[in-house]
Amino acid sequence: MDLGLLVTIFDSALRLSIPLLAACLAGLWSERSGVVDIGLEGKMLVAAFASAAGAYALGSAWAGLLIGIAASVAIGLVHGFASISQRGNQIVSGVAINMLAAGLTAIIGNAWYSQGGRTPPLEGDQRFGSVLFGHSALVYIVLLAVPVTWFVLGRTRFGLRLRAVGENPAAVDTAGISVTGLRYTAVVIAGVLCGFAGAYLSVGQAAGFLPNMTAGRGFIALAALIFAKWRAWPALGACFLFGLLDASANQLQGLSLPGIGEVPVQAIQALPYLMTVILLAGVIGRAIPPRAAGIPYVKER
Amino acid sequence: MSAPLDLPRWADTVLVPAISVTAAFLVAGLVVLAIGENPLTATRWLLQGSLGTGEGLGFTLFYMTDFIFVGLAVAVAFHAGLFNIGGEGQATLAGLGIALVLNNFTFLPGFLLIPLGILGAAAFGAMWAAIPGYLQAKRGSHIVITTIMFNWLASVLIVYLLVNVLREPQSMNPETRAFPEQSYIPFMHDVFAAFGVEIPNSQLNLTLVLALAAAYFVWLLIYRSRLGFAIRVVGSNPSAAVYAGISPARIIIIAMVLSGALAGGLAVNELMGYQHRLLLEFTSGYGFVGIAVALMGRAHPVGIILASLLFGILYQGGAELAFEQPAITRDMVVVIGGIIILFAGALDGLFRRLVAHLFTRQKLARA
Repeated sequence: MDLGLLVTIFDSALRLSIPLLAACLAGLWSERSGVVDIGLEGKMLVAAFASAAGAYALGSAWAGLLIGIAASVAIGLVHGFASISQRGNQIVSGVAINMLAAGLTAIIGNAWYSQGGRTPPLEGDQRFGSVLFGHSALVYIVLLAVPVTWFVLGRTRFGLRLRAVGENPAAVDTAGISVTGLRYTAVVIAGVLCGFAGAYLSVGQAAGFLPNMTAGRGFIALAALIFAKWRAWPALGACFLFGLLDASANQLQGLSLPGIGEVPVQAIQALPYLMTVILLAGVIGRAIPPRAAGIPYVKER
Repeated sequence: MSAPLDLPRWADTVLVPAISVTAAFLVAGLVVLAIGENPLTATRWLLQGSLGTGEGLGFTLFYMTDFIFVGLAVAVAFHAGLFNIGGEGQATLAGLGIALVLNNFTFLPGFLLIPLGILGAAAFGAMWAAIPGYLQAKRGSHIVITTIMFNWLASVLIVYLLVNVLREPQSMNPETRAFPEQSYIPFMHDVFAAFGVEIPNSQLNLTLVLALAAAYFVWLLIYRSRLGFAIRVVGSNPSAAVYAGISPARIIIIAMVLSGALAGGLAVNELMGYQHRLLLEFTSGYGFVGIAVALMGRAHPVGIILASLLFGILYQGGAELAFEQPAITRDMVVVIGGIIILFAGALDGLFRRLVAHLFTRQKLARA
């Protein structure tokens, strides 16, 4: 393999891992505060649609990004209302959000643009151009979110409290800090990060929205989150690894490995899911979620 | 937990779900309004398309058959306190089981081949659910995450098999060759014709009878059998189950096996009853609709049948509606499904408290 090919693979792995990373960090914030989020996929999809529609209408990628973030946060707040205020089942709420997002984006896209759910193609200022090494500003913002997440969660008082709420909310409550407030904050941060993930897909990487364009990335991000054991730097590693798998799946197509024969693309595509299942089964290491994740907090217990 | 809300039984089983479904339809109506269409005409087309003609009714019942199976699958797992969102993957694998049985035993007569095909579906669906069940029971891996991963694994696997292994060499489409004709589950219009009764042609086939039988079986199992009792105990209080001498690990695996086998019914209806070959994405997201059906039907077989009928109406009527009012595509049904899951599932407490509040007020007024 020559250097040029390696650079190409690295470059496309980075591109492919950015939406995963943003969604993965979103899940990290949410789940670290005790709110399980399997609606990452849905939030990303809504953000992808809203930012493409926004960028098209306002002629600016940045305005599109803001609208995408707003839409994703709004969906996140629905999840927050159901799982924090109403103490509903967080998994059920997440499933509902994924379905709502898939249906709503397709219907509204079709009603507004009559192009089978697509937004019109974006061009010029409606897209994020490259700022450095051929990558757009979004790539660097999302990469920057890793040390920021690490620092805020691990090194600040707010972060300590937020993590505590995900492990032992009663203790946080006894200390006189609002469990509800902290969890809502986390849900909003998750919404913002999913906004970046979605905007990157439709306004950064592609030139417009396609129905169901997230194509399961939200679930790969969830897998990466488990793989990273709910920590920021490992999340970067896991997402890059999954991005690398995706990138090399294209390169390895039809390649014959000694002793194994031709590697089917599907085998490489299956790896993230398979690795997550194996990790969760505790065969190699153990992935233990935040203790209070998924459990609604009831004050008088 | 906060104090359980004291509601009369009828309010709990009928009123609360009815309110949440009504609220869901109101929100869906708002979505229709928002895209500039008239929700009332849309409702008329929906009902006309699904119930207004014999043919439409046939299609409605065909979809209903699918939803009964996936709804029951989700419900059985629910009773054991498990959330099986792997219905898609389990039904996909069940489809593989059907294709392997039917296309390898082509020499068998229909009365043997059809039951064998159904068994193949149940076995493969059960196997795909048993692995997450085992991992949950013995290794503590969260069933929700594993079943999600197994959905994706199933879709990757089936693409690989259909493109590289099972596809007919001459065919460009990723699908198997047609199943042998004696393995087709008879269409309802053919069955009726045999008795001299003319009903309009549709995809509706005898699998509907199997679905209703499965619903009765699940009712017997959950509410009238020792195993069902054990399942419900594990679902409501695993530590009490241990005290009672029930092994939660064993029950979890059994419940998942049953759940996966039931999800396989979707493949029976779609493939043996209608498509007559294995093809990609025949599950069309119905596995997730099963969650809505089970939540709406309160995990009770009667509720599930009613909820399945409603979703059958939505899917068939939605197709007609998309034809009459192109702005309202079939995605509208997915939206309604999502809202119902949100309202009847996650926001259930909201409606419950609302109803409880009204009841206490009434009681106080009387006193």
